[in-house]
Amino acid sequence: MSVRGFADRNKARAARQGWRLRGFATLLHKELLRFGKVALQTLLAPVLTALLYLLVFGHVLEAHVQVFPGVRYTAFLIPGLMMMSVLQNAFANSSSSLIQSKITGNLVFVLLTPLSSAELYLAFVLAAVLRGVAVGLGVYGVALVFVPLPLHSSMTVLGFLVLSSAVLASLGVIAGLWADKFDQLAGFQNFIIMPLTFLSGVFYSIHSLPAFWLAASHFNPFFYMIDGFRYGFFGVSDVNPWLSLGVVLATLIVLAGLSLELLRRGYKIRS
Amino acid sequence: MTAAVTIRGVHKRYGQVRALRGVDLDIARGEFFGLLGPNGAGKSTLINILAGLARLDSGQVAVLGFDVIRDYRQARRALGIVPQELVYDPFFSVREVLNLQAGYFGLGRESRGWVEELMQALGLADKANANLRGLSGGMKRRVLVAQALVHRPPVVVLDEPTAGVDVELRQQLWRFIRRLHGDGHTIVLTTHYLEEAESLCERIAILDQGQIIALDSKAGLLARGMDRQALTVHTVDPLDHLPPALEPLLKHRRGNELVFQLHRQTDSIAGVLDALRDAGVTIADLHTEKPDLEDVFLELTRKEQRA
Repeated sequence: MSVRGFADRNKARAARQGWRLRGFATLLHKELLRFGKVALQTLLAPVLTALLYLLVFGHVLEAHVQVFPGVRYTAFLIPGLMMMSVLQNAFANSSSSLIQSKITGNLVFVLLTPLSSAELYLAFVLAAVLRGVAVGLGVYGVALVFVPLPLHSSMTVLGFLVLSSAVLASLGVIAGLWADKFDQLAGFQNFIIMPLTFLSGVFYSIHSLPAFWLAASHFNPFFYMIDGFRYGFFGVSDVNPWLSLGVVLATLIVLAGLSLELLRRGYKIRS
Repeated sequence: MTAAVTIRGVHKRYGQVRALRGVDLDIARGEFFGLLGPNGAGKSTLINILAGLARLDSGQVAVLGFDVIRDYRQARRALGIVPQELVYDPFFSVREVLNLQAGYFGLGRESRGWVEELMQALGLADKANANLRGLSGGMKRRVLVAQALVHRPPVVVLDEPTAGVDVELRQQLWRFIRRLHGDGHTIVLTTHYLEEAESLCERIAILDQGQIIALDSKAGLLARGMDRQALTVHTVDPLDHLPPALEPLLKHRRGNELVFQLHRQTDSIAGVLDALRDAGVTIADLHTEKPDLEDVFLELTRKEQRA
């Protein structure tokens, strides 16, 4: 091959990669605009809800409960509330975006483009992660006004924040693809996401639970997300943070694989 | 030269329904091609397969030589689809939607000028910053056309683009589509308005029950009906009894109007008029009509149903 031919081929490949990157970046931008345009509902409302939990539970239980030695209950509560908001919003973002586009039919505009299944997945998930992280930081910022919070390892906090929201964003992609009606999606949220979140140790340490529920909590991946995240603040946790990281990563790999396969097959979006 | 669209032995089944049963078709570059057929014939399924919205069970489909499955990125980049349903994204304005659509195809600021030009050409410039939710059906239809063209695709497929559109907008759309064709785009059109296909398309395929039952130039298809003609007779008084010899020729009868379908080789106008006169019928007026595409279409699809 001539030098010129080689250069031309490299140029063509770079152009193709540029197109792909721009296509992916555009879908991500669109997903960010989608929730950014209704920020009152998608960002501020969840922060307010978390704040209400903090005020009510903190006020009622502050004097009665101390979960970790030397850590005030309100402080203990904050990482749990942050993570709960992050998880719920990451799930809500990808799932609602997909089901809305499916029901209104405008998903066709994305399906007609050269974007690959992986690019679709990454754009939906990354947008959901960014919303989750934004809500989490919002809750953190507001909570700090009420109670000082230590920060044992910012990398651990950030790692669990991003990985956990990616898990829920992937679950949102699966739910959004599977659901044909908003009703089904609400069922998914109310009967799966909400119980798993509440039973994951947001408001308590699982060591305060009866033996059966203590054992059951170990099968709830949400528990590891919250426990590892909490370790990042206090340096104390119910289980080894490396175990939590492993469980969260494994869950992400499984759900990402499933999402990608469903998108590749065009499950309920390509006939 | 590679064809704009190549379709080979395409089969598609939805449960028990065989939507496509071995479709073969080539559409040349630069053609204005019509894809006609009754409801449920398989037109939208074929277009969806072309667009990657439906998966074929067997066969091969390519756009400008790019396989729609293996080389889907290039195939989709070469194709612009105007969908049949009036779908839109309620979160965005016209300009935002068009710029986003161009971005999905990897185009950035360099496409902004073309987006503005498209909005101008389609009469959308005044509504550029309006949210799609607030636009009329006709305006939303124009946005769909613009969205299909943001990446300047060489092949444009319009799936019933004028369904439910008023006459003025229909004329505007066709002027615009003619311009695109004049600029070298290959146009594939499905429509229920057969007079549209007759006035625009150079070549036409008729699809029925998942199979192509006719594929010819417009002139070729019309010539298939040339061995027949319709004779309309208005009588002075209502007719009690039609002469028995004319009954097989009668297509329909409405009051004093009788329409006969005559075969050029076996039937004659004079024979019909003589038979009526012999029966004591006084004729007030008469005229003949050559068959149009609608007649040919109806005859072909009825024949297929009978088979």
